Amino acid sequence: MASKPVIAKDLSKAFGDFVAVDGISFEIEPGESFAMLGPNGAGKSSTMRMVSTVSPRTSGELQVLGGDPLADGSAIRSRLGVVAQEDNLDAALTLRENLMVYARYFGIGWKQAGRKADELLEFARLADRAKAPVMSLSGGMKRRLTIARALVNEPDMVLLDEPTTGLDPQARHLLWERLYQLKERGVTLLLTTHYMDEAEQLADRLVIMDQGQIVAEGSPASLIAQHVTREVLEVRYPADSTVDFQTLGLRNEPLADRTLVYTDDGEGTLAKLITDGHTPTSSLVRRASLEDVFLALTGRTLVE
Amino acid sequence: MSAAVLLPLRVVERNIVSYRRTWVILVSAMFEPIFFLYGLGVGLGRLVGDLDWQGDMITYAQFVAPGLIATSAMNGAIFDMTFNFYFKLKENRTFEAMLASPLSIAHVLDGEMAWAMIRGGFYSVTFMGVMYAFGLIASWWALLIPLAALLVGLMFAALGSFGTTFARNWQDFDILFLITQPLFLLSTTFFALEVYPTWLRPVVQATPLYHGVDLIRDLARGTVDSSAFGHVAYMVIATVIARRLVNKRLGKLLLQ
Repeated sequence: MASKPVIAKDLSKAFGDFVAVDGISFEIEPGESFAMLGPNGAGKSSTMRMVSTVSPRTSGELQVLGGDPLADGSAIRSRLGVVAQEDNLDAALTLRENLMVYARYFGIGWKQAGRKADELLEFARLADRAKAPVMSLSGGMKRRLTIARALVNEPDMVLLDEPTTGLDPQARHLLWERLYQLKERGVTLLLTTHYMDEAEQLADRLVIMDQGQIVAEGSPASLIAQHVTREVLEVRYPADSTVDFQTLGLRNEPLADRTLVYTDDGEGTLAKLITDGHTPTSSLVRRASLEDVFLALTGRTLVE
Repeated sequence: MSAAVLLPLRVVERNIVSYRRTWVILVSAMFEPIFFLYGLGVGLGRLVGDLDWQGDMITYAQFVAPGLIATSAMNGAIFDMTFNFYFKLKENRTFEAMLASPLSIAHVLDGEMAWAMIRGGFYSVTFMGVMYAFGLIASWWALLIPLAALLVGLMFAALGSFGTTFARNWQDFDILFLITQPLFLLSTTFFALEVYPTWLRPVVQATPLYHGVDLIRDLARGTVDSSAFGHVAYMVIATVIARRLVNKRLGKLLLQ
């Protein structure tokens, strides 16, 4: 596949007066893992639905796998794998039937569908539950099955809308591992998330979205380098403290319960604060993350 | 086969797979018209005695049975296109998942309608067997009853799903019985149109089940006349219009 899987230009989506996606432009390269990061309501899911051809765009241009979602929906979907935000597995069917029936929607023959289902159950580590009803699965298992189902047609691109929201850490890591395997196989991934660590783990490149717009674009490392410092010093002071970081010449971001100080040398800055007589009640030095990038760009935290 | 036929068949397949384990539910509904036939047609029929149908004296069971074919086609189709349809549309989001495949809304809808029609038709045909055994079929015209029953099923599949697209929760389905029960009881299933006062007859004739009941009764009795064209036309037009409306409603609900 030579052409770019997704090309969006001034893409907008409005629901009545409410503008969910406000003129965004981005391109995804073949085999790339591309993330849309942002808080709830940033327009990620609306973008995702437009790319998956189930939501007509209000204005702008959009090309998915070389076709126009408005005109070539069925043909595009035949080469897409879609993992919706909320599980929509078929509750009336067993795990294996879910995969087989779904494969049939793509025109795959019964025999081949059976083989594919077994292979994917193995991939999702659910082979031992092939005949169980879907309702008996845990949240993490349902997600894995949903991802397996999105692969029945060997898609050129997989869309994942907040794939790990609501999962416990162990389930998340297993899911990441599976997604990483897909990426290794050369499948293009487009995912939305409001977890920074997820974007850092999985994305080659990402856009940060806020209020329907793209506020930054790049690789996780380049975004951190560009917008924040290498390290972040988190300090807490009593409520009546009068430490003024501005006059101390420190770039900072005051939060409700603590202050973030952007610095290339966290330990050094902390030591200097202490020698200056501003000993915090607690402190933490850590590597800067995409969360800090988002905070620096919007003045707000990503997950409230 | 073209995609417009092939893709809806995949939805039918899905329903066959899903009913493979719960076929008892499917089959149990088969007995409902048989109970009605025995309880009302045979039992109550003793009290009612014979009645005049277009010049022939027939038993009450002979009168009621064809009406029960039409209602069983309606019930079979309605059940799938209301409760099950709602479950797939809102609760389980089965349709949403289908729409992430090459299937489009029209394929999904046509598949569901076809399945509901098959289900309704299945009840009708099995009940026809019972009628034959009871000696309640009087004409070779009766061979066309399955086709008429499929049309009744298809019409109620379209009408039922149209109503379902407006349901906000499960409680809303209480309204459904307020519609299907009067249809069942009053669409000349249990007594002839002539029982109604003249001014009320056009109202009954405007309702959908009446056309199925009257058509199937004519086929069973061999009293087919030009009114059959009217019945078929009514049901075909109602089906086509309702299907178009559902298609639109689903687009509004699922593709925004």
